[in-house]
Amino acid sequence: MKNPQDLKYAKTDEWVKVEGNTATIGVSDYAQSQLSDIVYLEFLVEPDDEIKKGASIVTLESVKAAADVSSPVSGRVVALNDSLSDEFESINTDPFGKAWMVKVELSDPSEMDGLMSADEYSAFCDDREH
Amino acid sequence: MFIPHSDSDKSEMLEKIGLKSIKDLFKDVPEKYRYPDLNLPEAISEMEALQNLKDLADVNFSTDDMLCFMGAGAYNHYIPAAVDSIITRGEFLTAYTPYQPEVSQGTLQAIFEYQSLIAALTGMEVSNASHYDGATAAAEACVLAYHNFRGKRNKFVLSKGLHPQYRETIQTYFQGYENLKIVGFDNPSQMPNDDDLLNLVDLDTAIVYVQYPDFFGRIRDFTKFVEQVHEKGALVAVSVNPMALGMLKPPGEFGVDIVTGEGQPLGIPLSFGGPYLGLFATKKEFVRKLAGRLVGETVDKEGRKGYVLTLTAREQHIRREKATSNICTNQGLIALAATVYLSLLGKHGLEQVARLNFDKAHYAATQFNQLNDFEVVSNSPFFNEFVLKCPLPVEEINALLLDYDILGGYDLSKDYPELENCMLVAVTEAVSKDDIDYFVSSLQEVCHG
Repeated sequence: MKNPQDLKYAKTDEWVKVEGNTATIGVSDYAQSQLSDIVYLEFLVEPDDEIKKGASIVTLESVKAAADVSSPVSGRVVALNDSLSDEFESINTDPFGKAWMVKVELSDPSEMDGLMSADEYSAFCDDREH
Repeated sequence: MFIPHSDSDKSEMLEKIGLKSIKDLFKDVPEKYRYPDLNLPEAISEMEALQNLKDLADVNFSTDDMLCFMGAGAYNHYIPAAVDSIITRGEFLTAYTPYQPEVSQGTLQAIFEYQSLIAALTGMEVSNASHYDGATAAAEACVLAYHNFRGKRNKFVLSKGLHPQYRETIQTYFQGYENLKIVGFDNPSQMPNDDDLLNLVDLDTAIVYVQYPDFFGRIRDFTKFVEQVHEKGALVAVSVNPMALGMLKPPGEFGVDIVTGEGQPLGIPLSFGGPYLGLFATKKEFVRKLAGRLVGETVDKEGRKGYVLTLTAREQHIRREKATSNICTNQGLIALAATVYLSLLGKHGLEQVARLNFDKAHYAATQFNQLNDFEVVSNSPFFNEFVLKCPLPVEEINALLLDYDILGGYDLSKDYPELENCMLVAVTEAVSKDDIDYFVSSLQEVCHG
């Protein structure tokens, strides 16, 4: 699966899509493929929570491992993708689409500048493969 | 002591390693520390040592020698002989719980059966593989509630009728949580109605803890109570006596979120206070936050039934620094004893034993109420325990009762100074009507000596 061009990427394998002042956060295809089949997801934040960049927002558990998803940006949580609690398979099948996790209202849009483009992130993933 | 080496064996071994005597083996230890004077008595034979220990043990009185009316969380019940003979079978008798499914199907199945029995008895959706005792189970319930709200709700409301030692254990677990308030148990009324707790429940409350029957033996329906707590979004936990559930409405029907309890009444001897058994059952929605172990039933690739530990990976093994509880083990052998006990009695048997407790305790209470100087003051429905107001301090009475070979009830003034001269009397199926009559007349005698 290709890393979509309209997203930004963090070294911790989250993607961010910015529309207006709202950032949508999910995990990348690379992340889901490393974790393998997801069997559980828990949100660690609620709407209206103020979070700092790097805060854990979701815990994922797969048949192989468990991992925290951290927010690449700071701001106020405005939405959670509640449907994921029941349909976490979509994290494996559609990580960049249906499996978005959290929407955050950005408090510091300049944080986006520290994230990678799709090409930079693809290269970053390739480096780790070899 | 028998040492299987002859002198010639020893000198041969010493020669091989180039030493002259066994003392040479210790020459690296500084000389002044080499043979310290241990101030021990002369060595004695095994036969003499056994006699010495027996003489010491015989100084104790046990419930075999005395009539027991002491309860307060641990009860003298009859334990069928089959319990011990089954749990001491070599296949089961181990200090540690072997969790490897390849070699432990028997143990895992026994735990699965235990969980199923506890879930049925409490009316809850899921039970874990057990905790150490009723007190630690209660503390783990508070841990679950605290983390369920991610520390955002920082008040625990504990009933005055929750076992005082369980309250202490909860407070010990939460030492150092500076913003946490643990309230509710200092109600000035002697034996308050738990509905008073509702005034303390607010949007900061994580958990409300009640007991059923409560420490004073009282029973009530908590359905409305639970609804009112849930309106504020807090969880409700109830600590139970599982024996009482043989005849009472299971707390699951009240809508509670967590049921914990002391499993000792289920075929586990008093044993000076342990090892006991912590029961822990909850709703399915909290299964991921359940401390301890959980055994699940599954099928192997050929479709055959099998048992495995389940839902453990996330915190205890992988994200250890984020685990909310460190408890990874269970009370394997003791949980097995409870499983065997419950299986031997069956649903109707447990109900019969519970009724015997209930009837005998009520008979005793009726006898006391007919006396002038005694009064049953836990003035509400009760199971097998009630609060008896006596004309003298309980400590004094109990000392005198020893001459009658009676272990009197619990002295409530130790934990509740306002309950002066109040004895918590427990009556189980282990005493007969004659025993109760003897207890009543003896108590009367010592108070009027």
